[in-house]
Amino acid sequence: MVQVHFTSHLRHVAPGGVVTAAGATIRGVLMDVSARHPALKTYILDDQDRLRVHIAVFLDNEHIRGPETMDHAVRPTSELYILQALSGG
Amino acid sequence: MSNSLLISTRKGLMIYRRTPKGWKHKSTHFLGSPVSVALADAKGKTIIVALNLGHFGVKLHRSVDAGATWTELAPPQYPKVEGGEKDDKAPALKGIWALEWAGPDKPGALWCGTTPGGLFYSSNLGTTWALNDGLWTMPERQKWFGGGTEHPALHSICVDPRNSNHVAIAVSCGGARVTTDGGKTWNVGSQGMRAAFMPPDKQFDPDIQDAHMMVQCPAKPDVYWTQHHNGIFRSVDNLKSWHEITAPVSSFGFAVAVHPKDPNTAWFVPAKKDEDRYPVDGNVIVTRTKDGGKTFKVLKRGLPQGNAFDLVYRHGLAIDKTGKRLAMGSTTGSLWTTDNGGDAWKLVSSHLPPIYAVRFA
Repeated sequence: MVQVHFTSHLRHVAPGGVVTAAGATIRGVLMDVSARHPALKTYILDDQDRLRVHIAVFLDNEHIRGPETMDHAVRPTSELYILQALSGG
Repeated sequence: MSNSLLISTRKGLMIYRRTPKGWKHKSTHFLGSPVSVALADAKGKTIIVALNLGHFGVKLHRSVDAGATWTELAPPQYPKVEGGEKDDKAPALKGIWALEWAGPDKPGALWCGTTPGGLFYSSNLGTTWALNDGLWTMPERQKWFGGGTEHPALHSICVDPRNSNHVAIAVSCGGARVTTDGGKTWNVGSQGMRAAFMPPDKQFDPDIQDAHMMVQCPAKPDVYWTQHHNGIFRSVDNLKSWHEITAPVSSFGFAVAVHPKDPNTAWFVPAKKDEDRYPVDGNVIVTRTKDGGKTFKVLKRGLPQGNAFDLVYRHGLAIDKTGKRLAMGSTTGSLWTTDNGGDAWKLVSSHLPPIYAVRFA
């Protein structure tokens, strides 16, 4: 199971602490978490389930960027950090 | 007169109350978050607030106890399109620019204007929303474009007090449209508006007009006023036609207010056009006509004269039901009120965050 960490700015809608989630891609993982925590979804994904522009994603210490971010493969042992980007504030 | 003001700012919603000692800050809500617009019912109990968070998108909150507690609502959502998760052009909510009650015969119902140009309707105080398909699928909408924003902004919603199925909307840049069947069909409502900045053959195209703000006179609903990018326009025939009006100092600006009982009286806050966007010569003024735009009076008593950079956005000027009390908030965080129709203004605060919208509750 992937370990997912959310920025403290999402504490009121995101699960506290580290969350475990299933999925073969970043999209799959985020959909799995969102299914269990529906209030979180619109904070990180837009109306078309695209990653919001000013959300930063780090997977296993790598900053994942670009249009293919959501399709990036994850491993069962991966660690995923969902942060607010330093743009967009 | 109205004794409560909702101030939507870059750093939260501020509520001000009129006291015997003047306007006083009562409470702040959503501190630190940009509030694009707020709407309250006549008693000030129910308040709907739209946030536009820099990282996390557009959010909507509702209070039914005058702001003591808040409930987060699901914001209006554009329908998913096939493959939309990988299509940059598929629509998504970018901002809420207008919130209006749908009429006294539709309690709890709301209209919501958004970027990128969609109009939404809720029958249940914002709990759920539906995109208005009639306007969204209208072929002419493809001609709309952004003005000051990347996408078209639906900023003005006028519900006719005679018939709540008669609704007029204005878009920057998309002119004005009007429905008489509650939103099923939409007819052009911006014939006569002129966009001097467009190529000659397009200047009178009603579908590309950059209406900055449109208001309707409650007592004479056939009369509308619009502050347009190109100047001031007035319609006296229920949106069948518009005629252009020139005001002193500058006809450029964003805000307009119409007297609730007198369709000939309206207020504007001019600025230097058009990419400059600051008060002409650094003097904050309001222009007021009482004769339908034939003549104007420049109002400046109580307003800063010289080296002032206060710009008043389209929702930054509000009028109460008496037509004597107005409030005005600026991009540099100044808030003024008047109890005499603008003859004299009184500064409430000069150090608020940038103000997006003011509204009497």
